[in-house]
Amino acid sequence: MIHLYELFHAMMKPMKNMNNTETMTSWILACRVEDIPENGGACVLLDGEQIAIYNFKKRGEWYATQNLCPHKQQMALSRGMIGSMGEDPKVACPFHKKTFSLKSGACLSGDDYEIKTYQVKVEGNEVFVAF
Amino acid sequence: MKKKVVVVGNGMVGYKFCEKLIAKGGSEQFDIIVFGEEPRPAYDRVHLSAYFGEKTIEELTMAPLEWYSENQIQLHLSDPVTNIDREKKIINTHQGISLNYDYLILATGSAPFVPPIPGVEKDGVFVYRTIEDLDMMKSHAAKSKIGAVIGGGLLGLEAAKALLDLGITDTHVIEFAPRLMPRQIDQAGSDILKSKLSTLGIKIHCNKNTQEIAGGDTLEKMVFADGEILKVDMLVISAGIKPRDELAKIAGLEVGSRGGILVNNKLQTSDESIFAIGECALHEHMIYGLVAPGYEMADIVASEIVGNATKEFTGFDMSTKLKLIGVDVASFGNAFAEEPDCQTIIYENKTKGVYKRVNISNDNKYLLGGILVGDAEQYNMLLQTVNNKLPIPADPEDLILGSRGGESGGESGVMSLPDEALICSCEAITKGQICHEVIENGNDTVDTLKKSTKACTGCGGCTPMVKDLIQGILKSQGKVVRNVLCEHFEYTRQELLSLVKIKALKTYDDVLEDLGHGDGCETCKPAVASILASLWNENVLEKGRLTAQDSNDRFLANIQRGGTYSVVPRIPGGEITPEKLIVIGEVAQKYGLYTKITGGQRIDMFGAHVGDLPAIWEQLIEAGFESGQAYGKSLRTVKSCVGTTWCRFGVQDAVSFAIEVENRYKGLRSPHKLKSAVSGCIRECAEAQSKDFGIIATEKGWNLYVCGNGGSKPRHAELLATDVSSEMCLKLIDRFLMFYIKTAEPLQRTAPWLDKMEGGLAYLKSVVIDDVLGLNAQFEADMDALVDTYKCEWKEAVETPEIRKRFVHFVNAPEEKDPTVKFEPLREQIKAEDWNAVVK
Repeated sequence: MIHLYELFHAMMKPMKNMNNTETMTSWILACRVEDIPENGGACVLLDGEQIAIYNFKKRGEWYATQNLCPHKQQMALSRGMIGSMGEDPKVACPFHKKTFSLKSGACLSGDDYEIKTYQVKVEGNEVFVAF
Repeated sequence: MKKKVVVVGNGMVGYKFCEKLIAKGGSEQFDIIVFGEEPRPAYDRVHLSAYFGEKTIEELTMAPLEWYSENQIQLHLSDPVTNIDREKKIINTHQGISLNYDYLILATGSAPFVPPIPGVEKDGVFVYRTIEDLDMMKSHAAKSKIGAVIGGGLLGLEAAKALLDLGITDTHVIEFAPRLMPRQIDQAGSDILKSKLSTLGIKIHCNKNTQEIAGGDTLEKMVFADGEILKVDMLVISAGIKPRDELAKIAGLEVGSRGGILVNNKLQTSDESIFAIGECALHEHMIYGLVAPGYEMADIVASEIVGNATKEFTGFDMSTKLKLIGVDVASFGNAFAEEPDCQTIIYENKTKGVYKRVNISNDNKYLLGGILVGDAEQYNMLLQTVNNKLPIPADPEDLILGSRGGESGGESGVMSLPDEALICSCEAITKGQICHEVIENGNDTVDTLKKSTKACTGCGGCTPMVKDLIQGILKSQGKVVRNVLCEHFEYTRQELLSLVKIKALKTYDDVLEDLGHGDGCETCKPAVASILASLWNENVLEKGRLTAQDSNDRFLANIQRGGTYSVVPRIPGGEITPEKLIVIGEVAQKYGLYTKITGGQRIDMFGAHVGDLPAIWEQLIEAGFESGQAYGKSLRTVKSCVGTTWCRFGVQDAVSFAIEVENRYKGLRSPHKLKSAVSGCIRECAEAQSKDFGIIATEKGWNLYVCGNGGSKPRHAELLATDVSSEMCLKLIDRFLMFYIKTAEPLQRTAPWLDKMEGGLAYLKSVVIDDVLGLNAQFEADMDALVDTYKCEWKEAVETPEIRKRFVHFVNAPEEKDPTVKFEPLREQIKAEDWNAVVK
């Protein structure tokens, strides 16, 4: 059975290739709003990549990052707790509580690595990621 | 045009020189060019053995390649400098680069010293210095059973640890001298260290002279001068270092007769535009084989060439503290001073494996130095006492034994140190600098201080002292140091629990809205979630509470390496029917899980994909199992021995009582995990005295012990009540647990909770037995309410569609499993792929 999103995704692929410049963003339908728990995250598979999407309801904001925690290379960030350090929204990896800014991707616990972040938009009940 | 600084060597000290030079604004004056012999940028050689365990290469790397380019440093790797033309001020490299320099910094380090023993060239003989050495050891270790290390010094013991980490359980250390670590500790200290290491499976042979490494192409055995023979599969030679001075020799610089590039107090070699720093430098007949003096040299040379020299190198304190294979070893000041030059006080406890020696001046006024083995907690303070000539107690033995009885007498500890006292010796940070950062710049956490001063970032040994210092400074400023939860809640856990109860708040979001500010974090979320569960006992995943749970609670299973989960059904008291055992076997077979008996008398099944969890639970529930809450800060197991049902010594029915206790408190959430046990007689086979609450049968009833634990700091439980009935025993446990739940700090187990309680055990007894607070009836009622509202979380999760649907890895492809999860075969089962070997 082909999943609806995969079908949509397959349709989006050629478009992305046509816009083969980095400045152009193509919005890909990732999931529905209710797929992501409030004030938490979940993982989607987009073009073979694992992306963590966070519904930061407390702030009325959505974020997306790579799902891989660079510390021990674990696909885990979507299962981490989110919160804030000062004004900066962050996620804590469930493995060793390394924290990362959801805005900049910088590691807030002082390590050198960082994570990729993606833009997110919500239209109606659908969540799109700029990919 | 800018002048050129060429750095030869990209080890820890070579890197530190670059860092210091950049920090002093050196990039405006100089082009900086670095040549390194190894294929990768500088890494932390001090913690090299961590490469086999907890750390990756990236984590060991001092700074990534981008750091060099961002700071306009040209870094040439795999390209050693081969000669220096001092007349023309030109260096030539192996890859053919020719470059002129204004200043040349030699940071060529050292190489392992390999003694000329016949057979050192054989396969299976290694040295221990670079990542490449480690990689070669790793592949050879896979086919080795017995390993040996020549050299019982600091590095040799590190290498022995590396062998253990590689899975070689039969490891030998061969030392030529009569004792281990001859530079740091004395004979008595070495004896204690030796017996400690033997208990960890390392066999130590001192006074042993290796005559030959025998075998074919590959080594097979070692032959010693005393005629003994040791069969070995691999050998690491770690008999000392020799400075890498060959380049200096070629260039005609003065070197010492036993190696090392001669330098003056400015670290200048015999050529004034060439400096030598770190292990290759010979200063006043000394080679400094530690990283801290190397860093100090780097700092002095960086200041010198930017034209801002403030100090000279005049030797370095070689005091050290380290953890060798889990054993603390420290030596400080003049460790070997002897009578009649001083008075020596020695404390030795062979059972605990602790040895302490302090050398006191003859006038009884100053501490000169000493040695600590097995317990080096006092190291930092003792070192400060030596270095700052602090007054010592009238009875100097208090230095190592602590003050026993009498008045505590004046201010002690880190706050009594002078401002110039060196707190972080790796980065040369003084107490004054830390005070300034805390007071003027508001950097009052270890994390912010790490960023602003780099303190605690080297060996990390000063971290406890820095913490005490921060607390002390804040206190002295009149700032109340309250154990508030985190930046989002200005309350202690105890205050928050009372407020949540009074206001009848039921979700994390409500608690944050009403009592906190900001958006929460990974500290307050699980703490509040635990409070809510302890108070109301509602399903932790309902009403939007799931995202306030720590990952294990959120998925009702324990996350393991690779991102799969382990599943532990409750097996109360460790009693299980053959039928249920078969079901566990069937489930594990069906889902390909690794099974292991836990320490708490139950069975853990590892390697479950998140999407399989509901189906696994369904099958277990069907067979009559419930959640074992192994994932929660909650009651784990009540372990038991068989007692009167089978054992010829038993005096009470331990299993039945253990089952009753476990079923009463199952699902109870608390500040930290809770473990218990019931033993059927005084022989204590269930190890109840190492539990948060432990019960031991007597002829007349039960003895109840509380506040014990195993783990990294084992603690014996203390006797709370003797010869009580089963009914009374449960009442006492009800009161004890509720008192703990209501007053402990987050993630504080019962033992430290009791330690911090004013009045200690006597006070605890007065509360739960004599009822001085008048709360016991309330405690019992609260516990009854929790027992009455118990529900199995797994059952609720699989039966509630809203909760069940969250157990998927990809929300847009729910049927698909995480493709990055990989297993490796292990003794007819599986294990998670080694995460240090994974590059995704």
